[in-house]
Amino acid sequence: MNIAADKRPTAAIGYSATYQYKPKSSGLLPRSLTFLAVLIIIAILAVIMFNIVCGGIGVISWEFLTHPPERGMEAGGIFPAIFGTVALVILMTIAVIPIGVLTAIYLQEYTRPDSKGIRLIRLAINNLAGVPSIVFGLFGLGFFIQWIGGGIDSLFFEGGRPVWGQPAIVWAALTLALLTLPVVIISTEEALRTIPRELKDASYALGATKLQTIRRVILPQALPGILTGGILAVSRGAGEVAPIMFTGAAYYLPYLPSKLNDQFMELGYHIYVMATQSPDVEATKPILYGTVLVLLVLTFMLNSAAIMIRSRIRSRRVNV
Amino acid sequence: MECYNFKPKSKFREFVGEKLIAVTAFTALVAILLIFVFIFKEATPIFTSPEVQEEASLNKLTFKQVYREGRAAKWKWQPESEVPKFSLLPLFIGTLKAALVAMLFAVPLGVGAAIYASEFASKRMRELIKPVVELLAGIPSVVLGFFALLVLATALQQTLGLTFRLNALNAGIALGIAVIPIIFTVAEDAMTSVPHSLRDAALAVGANPWQVSFTMVLPAALPGIAAGMVLGFGRAIGETMIVLMASGNAAVISTSLTDSMRTFSATIAAELAEVVFGSPHYNVLFFIGTLLFIFTFLINLAGDLVLAKLKERFQGKMG
Repeated sequence: MNIAADKRPTAAIGYSATYQYKPKSSGLLPRSLTFLAVLIIIAILAVIMFNIVCGGIGVISWEFLTHPPERGMEAGGIFPAIFGTVALVILMTIAVIPIGVLTAIYLQEYTRPDSKGIRLIRLAINNLAGVPSIVFGLFGLGFFIQWIGGGIDSLFFEGGRPVWGQPAIVWAALTLALLTLPVVIISTEEALRTIPRELKDASYALGATKLQTIRRVILPQALPGILTGGILAVSRGAGEVAPIMFTGAAYYLPYLPSKLNDQFMELGYHIYVMATQSPDVEATKPILYGTVLVLLVLTFMLNSAAIMIRSRIRSRRVNV
Repeated sequence: MECYNFKPKSKFREFVGEKLIAVTAFTALVAILLIFVFIFKEATPIFTSPEVQEEASLNKLTFKQVYREGRAAKWKWQPESEVPKFSLLPLFIGTLKAALVAMLFAVPLGVGAAIYASEFASKRMRELIKPVVELLAGIPSVVLGFFALLVLATALQQTLGLTFRLNALNAGIALGIAVIPIIFTVAEDAMTSVPHSLRDAALAVGANPWQVSFTMVLPAALPGIAAGMVLGFGRAIGETMIVLMASGNAAVISTSLTDSMRTFSATIAAELAEVVFGSPHYNVLFFIGTLLFIFTFLINLAGDLVLAKLKERFQGKMG
């Protein structure tokens, strides 16, 4: 736009071509193309869901959920895999929630956002979230099983068979805890940010110390956020297979895990082995579909719960 | 008057509590360092031990090797054969092939849907799209692998008439489904965080809404969209279960999308369980893990840097 044009008196503007803002196109093409992308994504989700629900719903029964597998996975249920998955995520939650929540509290309540140490921690959290899950599996094997477990064995159980230096549910749970740590931290931090300043100030004004304020005011207020983080972590942890393949999951066990150093069966791993290493694919197919449906329903329920709680937290932020 | 004494009950307790929280906060940092140290540690014999180097030196991992006298030099991955062959090239090509197919599939869908959600969708529509993507993100990768192995592979084979059921195309598309949510989320976030002052300015000079989107918002959010793609690519490179189940796992050198293939991550998953601890094969698998770690680390670093810069710029313009 040149200056001369700008200086023209308003009345003299005969609407030259440069000033004509009538759209050349109505924008229908970009609008419909991008909408098509949305439709395809919805269709993908629908097809996957439909296929799995149709294939699996017929198998689901009380017996299927409460009985162990029989005849080389061609009959029976998946109870040990459900039990193992639940035990695994419970152990994982016990490890990840305290660490994640304390980290979030430190980042939000104790430090300035621009200090060097904090930037480093944030960098680490972001990168931890991006490390491939198979690398976590390698780490679990090298660090937890061989270094820590092997170390305990060589100190206390000299000579005999490995007691702790072998794949076990506790090592798998700890590996998953590291994998899900960023989820818990990020979700807790988001909740901490929504807590109004006035509440903390009121607590300090009454003479409470920082630790008391955290325990009595901040933590109760952040509870929904912590819950969201925990649920998301559980849903993520229940679906991961690569990190537990070498750190504790077993294809078939005649007993349920009862000690921390037992191996365990797990839904995702069960699916992987049934789908790839079954001698008779057609015979195991119904049970395979049923197992996938159980895992999918489990993760979807957890995710929906997390989405709902989170939207409630977000609306709270608007209200205060 | 005792009840007005506001001195904390125990200064010691405060001190210990704060230090405990501070120490815990460094777990993530310590973890990332430990991961690198412990994975690289198991890979070091490739660089230091002459015994291991006999079978798997850096040279042997990268360049063509003559495995039998009189035969032509080849790149081969056959760790279990009589003469173990540890060339990483077939795996590298497989990894790249699957990731590229995934990106070709996921970028148009992810970015397209993000543009729609941020620029055109009504509030109600947006509230439908976001949970759909979140549910898609919540599908465990083993379930996607299962779906690709049993359903998608058959469908592709029948419609395209392919020789191999499990191939790069099949694995790549399934991988793409896993990557869509990442690209969508980051791109949508970048576009919605474009300051309203910019949109208003464009509207004020007479642009209509879609001109605002395509000449104002998209260019401004472009670095964010690119970051979403980069992060998605990082995920595609590292994802394991999908490619392990859907790619056929044949370590062959081929540029064809309809041949079976094998990736770095799937190789670790498939072979680590049977390998002898401390053998050259074991060291090579950890070396592959180190490569994956370093690569995804750099990718995430780059993506995060771009996003942080973008955030800074947008907030600066608002103020």
